[in-house]
Amino acid sequence: MKIEKMTMPIYMDYSATTPVDPRVAEKMIPFITEDFGNPASRSHPYGWTAEKAVENARKEVAKLVNADPREIIWTSGATESNNLAIKGASNFYSSKGKHIITMATEHKAVIDAVREMERLGYETTFMVPEPNGLVDIEKFKAALRPDTVLATIMLVNNEIGVVQDIEELGNICRENKIIFHVDAAQATGKVAIDLEKLPVDLMSFSAHKTYGPKGVGALYVRRKPRIRIEAQMHGGGHERGMRSGTLATHQIVGMGEAFRIAREEMQEENARIEKLQKRLLDGLTEIDETYINGDLDKRVPHNLNISFNYVEGESLIMAIKGIAVSSGSACTSASLEPSYVLRALGRSDELAHSSIRFSIGRFTTEKDVDYTIELLKEKIGKLRELSPLWEMFQEGIDIEKVEWAAH
Amino acid sequence: MIYLDHNATTAIHPEVLDEMMPFYQSQYGNPASNHRFGRKALTAIEEAREKVANAVNAHPSQVIFTASGTESNNTIIQGIADSYPDTHFGYSAIEHPCVSQPIISLAKKGFSSTAISVSQDGLVNLNDLEKCKEIPNFISIMMVNNETGVIQNMPFIIDWAKKRKVLVHTDAVQALGKVPVDFEELGVDAMTISSHKIYGPQGIAALILNKKIDLMPFMKGGGQEKGLRSGTENLAGIVGFGKACERVAKNIVTFNETIKPMQDVLEKKLSKMGAVIFGTRSERIANTTFFSFPKLDGVTLLTALDKKGFSVASGSACSSNNNEPSHVLLAMGVDMELAQGAIRVSLGVDSNPTQVEEFIAALKTEVDRLKQLTAMAA
Repeated sequence: MKIEKMTMPIYMDYSATTPVDPRVAEKMIPFITEDFGNPASRSHPYGWTAEKAVENARKEVAKLVNADPREIIWTSGATESNNLAIKGASNFYSSKGKHIITMATEHKAVIDAVREMERLGYETTFMVPEPNGLVDIEKFKAALRPDTVLATIMLVNNEIGVVQDIEELGNICRENKIIFHVDAAQATGKVAIDLEKLPVDLMSFSAHKTYGPKGVGALYVRRKPRIRIEAQMHGGGHERGMRSGTLATHQIVGMGEAFRIAREEMQEENARIEKLQKRLLDGLTEIDETYINGDLDKRVPHNLNISFNYVEGESLIMAIKGIAVSSGSACTSASLEPSYVLRALGRSDELAHSSIRFSIGRFTTEKDVDYTIELLKEKIGKLRELSPLWEMFQEGIDIEKVEWAAH
Repeated sequence: MIYLDHNATTAIHPEVLDEMMPFYQSQYGNPASNHRFGRKALTAIEEAREKVANAVNAHPSQVIFTASGTESNNTIIQGIADSYPDTHFGYSAIEHPCVSQPIISLAKKGFSSTAISVSQDGLVNLNDLEKCKEIPNFISIMMVNNETGVIQNMPFIIDWAKKRKVLVHTDAVQALGKVPVDFEELGVDAMTISSHKIYGPQGIAALILNKKIDLMPFMKGGGQEKGLRSGTENLAGIVGFGKACERVAKNIVTFNETIKPMQDVLEKKLSKMGAVIFGTRSERIANTTFFSFPKLDGVTLLTALDKKGFSVASGSACSSNNNEPSHVLLAMGVDMELAQGAIRVSLGVDSNPTQVEEFIAALKTEVDRLKQLTAMAA
C-alpha cells in the first residue's frame, strides 16, 4: 500500500476536464454491473435494456441542443467527432470543391484533421482572428471561394473562452452552400444552443467537459436539410452506418445524464459562475501589468485567460502549485512552445508564455477564488522582485526599445 | 435470467469496477494537464498500459489505447493504407465486419484486396492464396472466430507470411482470456484486443503494434498515444482495462478447469438431440458452441429460449439489425437453411453447471415441441 499524504491542489482547470458529477456516476453504475448487455444484441433482454438506455441518453443529448435524437451519433469523444465531421463531410461533398476554411485558433483535433485533408489534396485557409479572438465576419466572407466545401469554426474557444457568432457565420455558409461544422466541446452547459434555429450542419460534443465521463462524445448530423458524411470507422454498421463499434453503454448513459443536468441547471449555474469570474477578474487585475486574453464580453463566464507581464512563465507555473491551472491548451501543455492560440491573437512569446488559463466550474467556491487571487498576488510579487525586467519597467525604461548586446 | 452470451459482452468484474470508480470522481484529471491532477491521471494510464502489455507479452510502448476493437481494426487497416499506398489487403472470409468492411471500403478507392476462403472446419485456406496471381502483402486473420470459437493455426499462418514478407495483423478480441496470447512469440506485426470481452468496461480497447510499422494515425488531434491516437484518454476505461488484463491468466485456468467440462456436457447433449455443432473438427475455445437443428426454425427456438430467460445469440451480436444468415457459416459451406437457424451459446467465468443443465432442459422441451409441430405439419 502506498501511503499518500499529498493534498490535491485547488482545481481551476475545468476546461481541461471536469469531474464526473456524482449524480452522473450513480446513473452509470447499474450499466456497468447488472445491465451490462451489448446494445447490439437483438436476441435477449440484456441487449434490449442497454439499447433502451442508449436511446434515452440520445434523447437527453438532443434535448440540450434542441435537436432530433436521430441527429445524434455516438463517438468516443470530440476528437473523433471532429475527425468524422471534417473528413466525412469534405469527402462526401468533394464534388463541390476541395477548399476548407477554419481558424488558426481551433482545437488541435480540428486543425490536424484539416491538415490531413491537405494531404489528400484539399486547399485550406486558416483564418487569423481579431486581437480579441473573434472572427471578423467580413474577412470570413472574403475568405470564401466558389470551391469552398466546408467551414469549421468552434463555438467556444478552449483557451480563451470567446464565443463566436455561429449564427451569422452559419447564415453566410448557407447562402454559399457550404457545409458548416462547429466544435462545441467547450460550449455545452455554458451557452444555450438551439440547433433548430442555428444554421449549423454538424456539431461536435464531448461528455468530459460537461461533468460526464471521458471517452464518449457525439456528433450532430442535421437531417433537414439532410447532411451526409462518409463513415470513417467501418464495421458492424452501428449508428446507421456512420460509426461502427460496440457502444459503451455506461459511458453513453453518463453523457445523457450529464447533458440532462446541464440543460436543467445551466441558467442557475452560469449566474453563480459569472459572479465567481467577476470576483476572480477583479482580484487578479489588481495586479499591475496584466492582460486579459480574448474578448471579455463575448466569452463564457467559466474562463479567464490572463498574461502576467514581467514574470517568466515556467517559474510562474512552479510557484502556483497550490492551484491546478493550465498554461495553454491541456492537450499540448506538455510542450513548451507558447500557445498557438495566444500567438494568433498577436501576443508576444513572452506574454504568451506567462499566461494562465483559469477555468472555473460546478464545484468551484468563493474560497477557492479568493485563495487563487491571494496566491497569484503573492507569487507574482515575489517573482517580479527578482526580475531585472520588472525593475527596468519600474524605472520607466521602455523595454521594447532596449538594444540588447549580442553575445 | 441466465446470460449465455459472453462473446457479445461480459459483465465487469467487481475488482475492475472498484479500481475504476475513483477515476470518475476524485481522480479526474486530464492526463495531458501539467498539474498534479493530470500527472496522477498519466501515471494511472501508464500503470494500466503495463498491465495490458503483460497480459499479451508485449512491451508497454507497443500498446495504443483506442475506444473499441472496431477502432483498433480500422486504425491498423486504414493506417497501413495511408502509409503504404501499394498495399494489397488479404483477409479471411470469416473476419468480423470491422476488419472486412474497412478493407472493402478501401477496395472501392482502388486498393487491391483478396478474401481468403476457409475450409468446412473454419480454418483459413492459405493454399487458396498461393493460386492468386499476386499474393497480398498484408493479411488480417482473426485468432479466434467470435461465432464458432474456432482457433486458427496462427504459427503456421505467420510462418507462411514471414517467408513471403507479408505483414500480419490478428484480431485477438475473442482469444484474449480464453487461450494464451503472446504477441512476441507469435511475431505478428499488429494485434487487436478489447476490454469488454474480458470482464472489463465497454468503450476501451487496444492496438498492439510492432514499431517497425510506420503507421499513419487514424484519429488526429492533440497527439495522445504518441501521436497514433488523438483524443483525451478514457481514463477510467483504461484503468479498468488494465485491471481486467491482470485477471487474464486466471481466466484461462477457469476456462480449462471449469468451462471446458461444461462445454463437453452441453455438446454431448446437443448431439443427442440431433443438433449440428459447427467447427467441431477444429480446435475451439472452451466457451463457445455454435449449433443448429436441421429442419427446425431457429428464430422460433431463440424466441422461446428468451421467454424462458436464457440469453443466447443468433450469430454475431455486432451485426446490428440484420436477420441474414451468418457469413461465417456460409463461408464454411453450411447450407443457407441450417445457417439461418444457428444459435450461439457462449459461457463465461461466471457461468455454472446448473445453468447449463437448465439450459439443456429448456432447449430439449422446446426442440421436442417444435419437432412435434413440424411432424404434424408434414
